[in-house]
Amino acid sequence: MEVRPYHSVRLAKDLCKGCTNCLKHCPTEAIRVRGGRAHILDTHCIDCGECIRVCENHAKVAVTDPLSMIKEFKYAIALPAPTLYGQFRGLQNPEYVIEALRCVGFADVYEVARGADVVTRAIREKLKQPDLPKPLISSACPAVVRLIQVRFPDLLDNVVDIRQPMEVAAHIAKAEFIKKNNCSPEEVGCFFITPCPAKMTAIRRPLGQKKSDVDGAISILEIYGQLLPFVEKMMNDPSYCPATKYGVAWSTSDGEANAVCPENSLSVDGINNVIRVLEEVENYKLTDLTYFEGNACLGGCVGGPLTFENNYVAKNTIRQMVKQMPDIHPDRDVPTSILNKYPMKNDAEILPRDAIKLDDNMAEAMKKMNRMNEIIERLPGYDCGSCGSPTCRSFAEDIVRGYCTEMDCIHNMRDKLKVMAQQMLELAQSERT
Amino acid sequence: MELMFTESYHVARADYTSAGHASASIKRQLKQIGVGGDVLRRVAVASYEVELNLVIHSLGGDLTLNVYPDCVELISSDTGPGIPDLKLAMKEGYSTANEMARSLGFGAGMGLPNMKRNADEFDIKSTVGVGTTITMGFHLRGN
Repeated sequence: MEVRPYHSVRLAKDLCKGCTNCLKHCPTEAIRVRGGRAHILDTHCIDCGECIRVCENHAKVAVTDPLSMIKEFKYAIALPAPTLYGQFRGLQNPEYVIEALRCVGFADVYEVARGADVVTRAIREKLKQPDLPKPLISSACPAVVRLIQVRFPDLLDNVVDIRQPMEVAAHIAKAEFIKKNNCSPEEVGCFFITPCPAKMTAIRRPLGQKKSDVDGAISILEIYGQLLPFVEKMMNDPSYCPATKYGVAWSTSDGEANAVCPENSLSVDGINNVIRVLEEVENYKLTDLTYFEGNACLGGCVGGPLTFENNYVAKNTIRQMVKQMPDIHPDRDVPTSILNKYPMKNDAEILPRDAIKLDDNMAEAMKKMNRMNEIIERLPGYDCGSCGSPTCRSFAEDIVRGYCTEMDCIHNMRDKLKVMAQQMLELAQSERT
Repeated sequence: MELMFTESYHVARADYTSAGHASASIKRQLKQIGVGGDVLRRVAVASYEVELNLVIHSLGGDLTLNVYPDCVELISSDTGPGIPDLKLAMKEGYSTANEMARSLGFGAGMGLPNMKRNADEFDIKSTVGVGTTITMGFHLRGN
């Protein structure tokens, strides 16, 4: 059965003016402006949220769940992304944020940083296996995994088949809560406190899992204001934190690579930088590398479009906080029993989402390619976006795919009009004599 | 056999700033045509190597991509200076790259061997004072 596409990133039609800001910034060329407003192509969109960042009219929005949704469950468990800690300047201990989450109505809290600790151990176990593809690519950033589905399908085999920290955290949190409180699974809901729309989409359309263990996603932006008074009240009272500094550091670029494989890894942040490096991975230029961590957002998850604090400040807050935490690696802190007790591995394959091919039939694709190249020759090459496609090349592609015609290029249209005007003038004059 | 798609790129001598553009374009177009998997990646490696050879060693030349129903072909053809000893040139680790190329990290002497390793068919012809032509074939099995 065909699964209907789902995207957290949407267009607020009324606010869109049909400008070309998002068009020019989308890393997968997933946006077209047609009929005076933007349209998002389901096939190409990876929910990275770049368009949300650049839209001056706030017409690009991320759909997340409202905080009120936690009332639908008898018990709601909060799964805070460690990025949440970075929102509170001067925060010295995650425990204040965890306590604040209880204050706003959550029955329990399970740190996704703890999930990251467990995943760190699971991946380190995996790295002991012989003959792994090199480099093994992190699956933590769903926007990057979807980028690979869409643009680098040959690299899907390199993506590590261990679940994301959010999923591992949800599964363990639910199981432990049910056991401790002797309640039924339907009564318990897990809510991820998310820095980005990519995770929201990953809950509705899981990558590598048949069904997500997370029941909803609440954006950091929405919950920040409600947590702030509680966090400020508790700032003076230090106590115990269950996740290690390594798990907390997953929220910033290099945190995961440093925890999983400090010996030989590469961490890249910013979706366009990730694309550049994945091109090299695809060309077998990084085969001496063991582990690759890619984050769609600059600075890592702290740069997520649904965060409150600027990513550089948040990164510094995390760094200062982590400095004060004891240096215990998940290798020592996460017992092997957890890895065996809870599911760590994906239970579904991550399939390619081919949005590049011009046609399923190769001969047809080549015909279209030839036509596309002929059209490109006739286009001005300004890449102005006035036609509604991001570049002249993608405009030519849209023509051969049948979405628009060459006359949608205003520059070519103007030249044609000039010729026609001249012809009409000549015609008019010839009749007078 | 019917030639279904062809495209040529001029590669200028010592133009390090544009080096890699032709092979990146070849890779993108092959993806759009529907060539994927191992073949795509081998063509990507070989086209990059051959493009850089044109930049580093030749006086300038053309890189042509031809696609047939069952084969991708890359032809590099330059206008000199030609290779005096082909056998030596094909040896791993042998390089005549100049200081400029070496300072940019090239000149490991793996270019030609890498092309040969990645292509299913490899042919090189060279005449000193005339030029070098490299033809590489990549089979499209069940692609």
